[in-house]
Amino acid sequence: MAAPEAIAVTRALDAVLRQDRGRLIAALIARLRDFQLAEDALQDAAVSALSHWGRVGLPASPQGWLLRVAYRKAIDRLRSTAREARKAAALAPLIPDAADATDPDMIGDDRLRLIFTCCHPALDPKSRVALTLRTLGGLTTGEIARAFLDAEPTMGQRLSRAKAKISAAGIPFKVPEPEDLPDRLNSVLTVVYLIFNAGYTVGPSLDRDLCAEAIFLARMLCALQPGEAEVEACLALLLLTHARRSARLRGVEAVALSDQDRALWDMPMVAEGLAILETALARRATGPFQIKAAIAACQSQSPPDWPQIAALYAGLYRYEPTPIIHLNQAVALAEAGHLPAALAALQSLAEPLADYQPYYAACAEYLGRAGKIPAALEAYARAIALAASPADAAFLNRRMTTLMHP
Amino acid sequence: MKYMLLIYGAPEVEPAYGTPEFDTMMAGYAAFSERLSNDGVIRGGEGLQGVETATSVRLRDGRVETMDGPFATTKEHLGGFYIIDVPDLDAALKYAAMIPSASYGTVEVRPLMDYNPAGN
Repeated sequence: MAAPEAIAVTRALDAVLRQDRGRLIAALIARLRDFQLAEDALQDAAVSALSHWGRVGLPASPQGWLLRVAYRKAIDRLRSTAREARKAAALAPLIPDAADATDPDMIGDDRLRLIFTCCHPALDPKSRVALTLRTLGGLTTGEIARAFLDAEPTMGQRLSRAKAKISAAGIPFKVPEPEDLPDRLNSVLTVVYLIFNAGYTVGPSLDRDLCAEAIFLARMLCALQPGEAEVEACLALLLLTHARRSARLRGVEAVALSDQDRALWDMPMVAEGLAILETALARRATGPFQIKAAIAACQSQSPPDWPQIAALYAGLYRYEPTPIIHLNQAVALAEAGHLPAALAALQSLAEPLADYQPYYAACAEYLGRAGKIPAALEAYARAIALAASPADAAFLNRRMTTLMHP
Repeated sequence: MKYMLLIYGAPEVEPAYGTPEFDTMMAGYAAFSERLSNDGVIRGGEGLQGVETATSVRLRDGRVETMDGPFATTKEHLGGFYIIDVPDLDAALKYAAMIPSASYGTVEVRPLMDYNPAGN
């Protein structure tokens, strides 16, 4: 195959996997009941696609083709293990037929069942998020490790252990019984929110849209559990945040909320988010996602209602007593005009947030505003060194330069 | 899938013999056993005598070493177990939470090894 064709096939395959990897993995796990086998089989199918598509061109439905071939590859893998031979024979008649090749929508959406499995309470909380990001978000082990401030081998082991436990302990691949749904849903919402945050943090430097993926999952959860305030609030939160995406960057540089050009906000999306939040709050069943969505709503006002945001963070701390919530509260305090109180709060967080990039970014900003220039410059250096994206680094570099040469 | 529900508890935390709480607990065990039978999931189960009756044995360099006491000296002891056969972990966890000792101690849920996963 000629080089330009090879490049075209590679690009087409990358695009399909970026868009539909989660869907394909979920469909494979639904049939194979084995996370690792599903991942390995999809990888095998991707390798086959590179040579096969190069020879005969792209199939009508690349997704259907990948699913069918991955399924065959999985059965081949099972056959090669003598003790699994009978399982392979039992699975063989279930190979998706040619009908799947004509319409990508023929691949049912098993992602909801998959997310409940990934977020099962029998897995430890960090593994739930990691596994969902790996299987549904398609993030690499390295990307997940960075999001968790973890070493890549540690994260790899965590993922292997979680997949092995699902299989060995018989964690079911299903939507929970109605009586278990509220607890299990909260676990899922937390993970959806973290997927969104992963997409938000990485931003356009990663060209798969995790934010849209999280919103899609939140909408699905809303349909599954109608009338549930926390699920609605989770969707509202994601929409209100996502509506600001076009204003978040100026060129390659991040823009602070107060400096954003509101003309770039997606106003229909803001309106949808506010309406959904209003419905959720009217149910009078308060919870952490409603507080987070209320904070996002306050941020959408012009100017943002910082005193109210600081009060809401204090309320959120009752549900989630973490130093990160304290950090956000300190930022809101500073923006509300209480700089000394904010600096005192920041100082008390130095130890628990010693490796947390946004902590240094906040210290740099507010130490600078307080005129403590050397301390501010030191914080800028740490924040830039730890920055997760070039956009954040660019923003911080410009702020630091302004501070040095006002 | 078969699961063993291992019941761990500290004897001094559980209700003492002769108290109304003890009777309630035992009635709870009777009801639980009946539930397991009625649901057709029970495959076995026993209560164990206290750790003061335990003897531990190991073979080292061809010699049998015999020791008084349990394998590990912990505050909570293995006091009994059930073996159940249910579709998945969710079902096993539901039964585990029904065991009266779950209110005082901890029930560990462990899948049994499947020596013949192909089913032949």
